[in-house]
Amino acid sequence: MKKRMISLILVASMCAGTLAGCGNSGKSNAGADTAEEGKVINIYSWNDEFRERVEAVYPKVEKTSSDGTVTTLKDGTEIHWIINPNQDGVYQQKLDEALLNQENAADDDKIDIFLSETDYVNKYTDADADVAIPLKDLGIDPDTDLKDQYSFTKTTASDANGVQRGSTWQCCPGLLVYRRDIAKDVFGTDDPKQVGEKVKDWDTMKATAEELKSKGYFTFASYTDTFRLYGNSISESWVKPGETTVNVDPMIMNWVESSKEWLDAGYLDKTVKGQWNDDWNKSMGSASKVFSFLLPAWGIDFVLNPNWDGETGAWAVTNPPQEYNWGGSYVHACTGTDNPEYVKDIILAVTANQDNLLKISKDYSDFTNTTDGMKKAAADSSFASEFLGGQNPFEYFAPVAEKIKIAPLSAYDQGCVELIQNSFNDYFQGKVDFEKAKYNFETAIKERYPDITEVIWPE
Amino acid sequence: MKKKSISYSKWGYIFILPFFLCYFIFSLIPLADTIRYSFFEYYRSGIKEIGPTFIGVDNYASLLKSDMFKYGANTLTMWVIGFIPQIVIALLLAVWFTDIRLKIHGKQFFKVVIYLPNLIMASAFSMLFFTMFSTNGPVNAILMSLGVIREQIDFMGSALGTRSLVGFMNFLMWFGNTTIMLMAAIMGISVDIFEAAEIDGCYGVKRFYYIIFPLIRPILAYTLITAIIGGLQMFDVPQILTNGQGTPDRTSMTLIMFLNSHLKSKNYGMAGALSVYLFIVSGILCFFVYKMTNDNDPDGSKAAAKRKVKEERSRRK
Repeated sequence: MKKRMISLILVASMCAGTLAGCGNSGKSNAGADTAEEGKVINIYSWNDEFRERVEAVYPKVEKTSSDGTVTTLKDGTEIHWIINPNQDGVYQQKLDEALLNQENAADDDKIDIFLSETDYVNKYTDADADVAIPLKDLGIDPDTDLKDQYSFTKTTASDANGVQRGSTWQCCPGLLVYRRDIAKDVFGTDDPKQVGEKVKDWDTMKATAEELKSKGYFTFASYTDTFRLYGNSISESWVKPGETTVNVDPMIMNWVESSKEWLDAGYLDKTVKGQWNDDWNKSMGSASKVFSFLLPAWGIDFVLNPNWDGETGAWAVTNPPQEYNWGGSYVHACTGTDNPEYVKDIILAVTANQDNLLKISKDYSDFTNTTDGMKKAAADSSFASEFLGGQNPFEYFAPVAEKIKIAPLSAYDQGCVELIQNSFNDYFQGKVDFEKAKYNFETAIKERYPDITEVIWPE
Repeated sequence: MKKKSISYSKWGYIFILPFFLCYFIFSLIPLADTIRYSFFEYYRSGIKEIGPTFIGVDNYASLLKSDMFKYGANTLTMWVIGFIPQIVIALLLAVWFTDIRLKIHGKQFFKVVIYLPNLIMASAFSMLFFTMFSTNGPVNAILMSLGVIREQIDFMGSALGTRSLVGFMNFLMWFGNTTIMLMAAIMGISVDIFEAAEIDGCYGVKRFYYIIFPLIRPILAYTLITAIIGGLQMFDVPQILTNGQGTPDRTSMTLIMFLNSHLKSKNYGMAGALSVYLFIVSGILCFFVYKMTNDNDPDGSKAAAKRKVKEERSRRK
């Protein structure tokens, strides 16, 4: 009995050894090895968004199980969806665990595709980490196959050497979304062109804010609402490659300054502290006094629409005071995949095919990653939105998208953005003074990222 | 002739083996690992692992320099805010429920009801309070429509408000548990004593101070110490209520939340060192519990026993 046990253990450990060996060899020639495709494609994501898009446009999809965890393709290959929520970093934790085990995992358990958001895409496209396969190695030439994509999305998905390691179907230019009834009450018109004039830059915006205030309205709900406009136009990344200091950009300090000013002046609702909380959601309801929100396409569809409890057609979009991008989900082929052909096929179908992208735009009101296609959509009245009272939002999205210059990214962005908002929240609310808020940010960022040694504030 | 005795003790060992096996794998090894890693620089930057590199007691030293003591004080403050009402109400209820003369109906029902909040997950409870006490939430709305307040109260905007909410939640969650424990203690007191006391005219408050209180002191001390140990590990309620930030100005940041913020970057070294500090403090407290529960003196403490001996001696003199 004992001998048998021992021999069993030995056999098991040998197997493990050989499998580990397989993993190693698989890593070195991933992409090139097309001899045999695995039967299971594992996709890591944080919600159903990508699955819905794949189902909608990938022609080889046969059916999806009712619980949404397995999608069967026509040749019997199965896509397994491994969904973990984004909140509190759960998704990244699970993904990181799986990536660290990627080498030793059995072929059918290996990650084949994973998704990342703009806030942390840089962590996964890192050349040293080498977890996302360069698109070229996969057989996708970014210059020809993806030439219709907005160029800033390509920059975002590239590593420090400019090698593109991911692709997206989505492009997230943001607009100013405003309540038509409030616009009529204050400005006498709800015409997007005329309202657009009133919010065309920050100085004009401030005068407009005063106008809104005199009638008892707030311009925005919270100071966090304007953060993306400043935060995405920083000139240097939060942490430069190879360094361990956080550089706080002057733009961020501008945000702090104007947020404090606007809050004290009563242009913002003091009771709404940050985004994604109950107060913020309520400020999108019909009882709220908030005039506008700064949201990209997904924000209007997923955030504003579900929170609005009044009549359909009460909102409209116009140009924001400053061009900005907010969010975006990137699709990466994972190093060590045993299904390189499928992975390539799926990435091309969902992120590069103009017809597919236009279908996604129509069905899910996504602003998709096709320069040419979006121009068509802007001129096509069939893309009009019922929620926006028949307005065609693409007319406003398209020009913004072309002007977006994406801020230089770093792997520390998510923590920096989250923690600077939190630390200065106390300052805006008058709980701590400016210096204490700075100190709290320094403490928090060093806790989050132990390798950070110093925080440099602008003069 | 050889005497062969039959021993069944091996079965005893076999039956308790699963527990020790589980304990060894899931508790003892991680514990040893935690202590080991506390001497290492070991964390993750992005998806790259840094370390483990041996750095001696650097982690411990840098923790002493950090705001750890402030977070300890926060934890203690919030614990006290919750514990005082908890023990007072629990004592009161326990005395009422065990008083035969009061003839309270539906005791069983109330016992279940006061225990119920403990069955709800702390995070769910915290979420509920977060929504109820948010600035535009129902509590503010009710107070405004009743005319109690003119302007909305920003409950979670002030240190006092947040701490009180956390204390209040902990009180609600734990007073039922304490009540039931104290009831058991009171019911453990011999009926003869109560009878004798009543004949001597000892009722109500006197009955509590001279009979119940001294006799349940060991359990009371036990409750206190276990509550402190539980309080040291407080995190779920404030974590959810303040989104892990300990707002405002980190005044509701507890020690375990501090530990959690290190674990965001998988900083096993620093988190390990902090755990060791907590382990030592809990260890000391556990020592007291052990001392107390192993003491057979009815008064509950050796000190009291010694005092008695001394008193007796001085009387003899």
